[in-house]
Amino acid sequence: MSDLKKEIDDVSGVDTTGHEWDGIKELNTPMPRWWVYTFIVCCIWAFVYQFFYPSWPLISDYYKGYFAETNRDRLNDELGNVAQQRSVTLDKIRTMDLEDIRRDNALNTFALAGGKAAFGDNCAPCHGTGAAGFTGYPNLNDDDWLWGGTLEDIYTTISYGIRSTHEETRVNDMPAFLKDELLTKAEIEDVVTYAQSLSDRSIKATESGRVLFADNCALCHGEDGKGLREFGAPNLTDAITLYVTDRDSMIDIVSNSRKGVMPTWSGRLDEATIKSLAIYIHSLGGGE
Amino acid sequence: MANDINNAETPVSENDDQIVKRADVEAVNKAEERSLYAPRKKIFPQRAKGKFRTIKWFMMLFTLSIYYITPWIRWDRGEGMPDQAVLIDIAGRRFYFFFIEIWPQEVYYVTGLMIMGGIALFLVTSTAGRMWCGYSCPQTIWTDLFIAVERFFEGDRNARIRLDKAPWTLDKITKRVLKHSVWIIIALLTGGAWVFYFSDAPTLFNQLIHNQASFDAYLWMGLLSAFTYVLGGIAREQVCTYMCPWPRIQAVMMDEETLAVMYRYDRGEPRGPHKKNESWEGRGDCVQCRQCVVVCPMGIDIRDGLQLECIQCSLCIDACNSVMEKIGRPQGLIAYDSLKNFERRKKGEENRFRIVRPRTIIYSVILALVGSIMLYTLLNRSMIDVNILRDRNPLFVQLASGDIRNGYTIKIMNKSTAEQKYIVEVSGVDGISLRTEDADEFAADGSPIVTVSRDKLRSLKLYVSIPRKELDSDSADITFKVTQIGSDEEDVQTTTFKGPKL
Repeated sequence: MSDLKKEIDDVSGVDTTGHEWDGIKELNTPMPRWWVYTFIVCCIWAFVYQFFYPSWPLISDYYKGYFAETNRDRLNDELGNVAQQRSVTLDKIRTMDLEDIRRDNALNTFALAGGKAAFGDNCAPCHGTGAAGFTGYPNLNDDDWLWGGTLEDIYTTISYGIRSTHEETRVNDMPAFLKDELLTKAEIEDVVTYAQSLSDRSIKATESGRVLFADNCALCHGEDGKGLREFGAPNLTDAITLYVTDRDSMIDIVSNSRKGVMPTWSGRLDEATIKSLAIYIHSLGGGE
Repeated sequence: MANDINNAETPVSENDDQIVKRADVEAVNKAEERSLYAPRKKIFPQRAKGKFRTIKWFMMLFTLSIYYITPWIRWDRGEGMPDQAVLIDIAGRRFYFFFIEIWPQEVYYVTGLMIMGGIALFLVTSTAGRMWCGYSCPQTIWTDLFIAVERFFEGDRNARIRLDKAPWTLDKITKRVLKHSVWIIIALLTGGAWVFYFSDAPTLFNQLIHNQASFDAYLWMGLLSAFTYVLGGIAREQVCTYMCPWPRIQAVMMDEETLAVMYRYDRGEPRGPHKKNESWEGRGDCVQCRQCVVVCPMGIDIRDGLQLECIQCSLCIDACNSVMEKIGRPQGLIAYDSLKNFERRKKGEENRFRIVRPRTIIYSVILALVGSIMLYTLLNRSMIDVNILRDRNPLFVQLASGDIRNGYTIKIMNKSTAEQKYIVEVSGVDGISLRTEDADEFAADGSPIVTVSRDKLRSLKLYVSIPRKELDSDSADITFKVTQIGSDEEDVQTTTFKGPKL
């Protein structure tokens, strides 16, 4: 190339490549040659890589590479390792008493984390991600429990469910007083007024309502209306309700009854997960 | 090939002053020799002697000493804490620097340090050009060290050029093997010292000797050793010219008063060989001996003016001054000078060195500002750090009694050097009742007390209940006071308490 006359740019004093676009000439600022070599090495590396790692699609498969290793395999290996590491702890949770797990700091932390994850996957659709519930689906944060709020109670409820398909399920049966013609509409109005007066002092109860309550409701809800957990009968004197939002809805429940269902989780979730869930729900602020 | 000229040996000149050696050498970045892809031209820097070379030797000693000795300095922090003065504990998530211990949450201290480093670099650059590149950049220091080793085994410039061209005799092989062996040892020591900053140095050293260190330690040692060898021994000036962004950035911090290593062409031109006893009338002081080019580790010619490749290491000043001394001319044909001084001399004025000017003042002010903010926050650094997170789901819970309950997670960080007890007191609304499962004990008024080990964070889940009648809107302010028992360290935070819409 040395026989070609070099054209020097006036301004910069640098020679040009001779390439010109609209009167603008490209200055010749050469790259170091090792940079070109680096590029070539990268190209070679690409071929080497294709040989060792999964690369080419085939008709019904793909070329798996000399190492036959993928990130997915590695992930599975690592997940397997994690499962193995956890198995010791999970075994402990499976076999130990719920109270003992809760008192063991490390196990408790583990169960809380596992319970939280399991709650999000299995319970949140009905109870909400924060376990605050909806109308008809109880809030698990508060201190009011239908079937009891000890670890053992919560564990039993999760395992067997309420009105579920499990033979040991928790179950109760509140009559539909109007539909089953046990009470008249007027009597229902009367007893609802009495029931409301239990939690709201501003409502004045009638004597007839009290008698109706004692005859029809007290068996499950108790003489004082504070409920009975053996039957899952709610406390009518506190500030928390499951279905009731106003007088009309309360009349509706007494007339037609409600029979909410919670599925059984034993068999669907393993023992350690159910125990973790019980510990997690117990920790939400209402545990007894 | 122009390449040969570049690497020609330095002949002893005969026509002019006998004591001045004249080299037949060209700058590697000479405009006429550029092609599409430039082959690398070998550079064989000659040894320089003089004031700046001495300063550079001291800088090398100083910076390398800091690098190698720092991880071995011990600093007592008490039982169970690392006693290494400077330690970046990645696994333990702490950065120890003498009396300072930085948690990951306080990474802004590192940010501040980096801002200060950046501004200091700007200040130095605007005052005296590429001081960083010339004297303290690791690339310069290690290249200098590697060249010194090369010179020790292969001799000075001319001997090295001869050796490079010589066939592969036993002598050449021996010299080369020795040189590269020492380079590799230096590289290993460099990479080896690096890992000591991240682990207890004596323990790791012991593990390394017994070949029991972790894979990570070997990996990093290997990587850094390889980089030291390649960048300092083989790539050398290519790193500064092609890899480093700083040469391209630094020019914006310079102005016409900035000092830089410059050839005073107004005094040197017209250049040319000079015979003994010949008059200096009508000619410049530059005798075209090219000593400035042969000593240059970048292989360039300072007489071409300020250029990207020049790292301003000042070795050409030393080379030129020794020549000026021999031919009896005043020193400083190549010297630290500013562009403005060229104009001043043209107008017959004296040289002036204006170090205090708006640019340097601004950089100094920013530096002082960031420095004092850093110092202030460091001196007033609290030994306790509290974070209060209110539960957002559910926002609030109604209890059976009708009370409203909110949940809070209180994270207490004990940054002191001993185990501490903290009491958490809540106030702001009447009728507050607290419930927690995480407290170690309770004070007489029911406030929870937790014990936090030193250097640890502890989380406390606290349920706060307030009777509905005490809430006059759907939101109230409540105050958490976390006090370290037995001291006046406390942290007071006000947060909200949410209730139903009224």
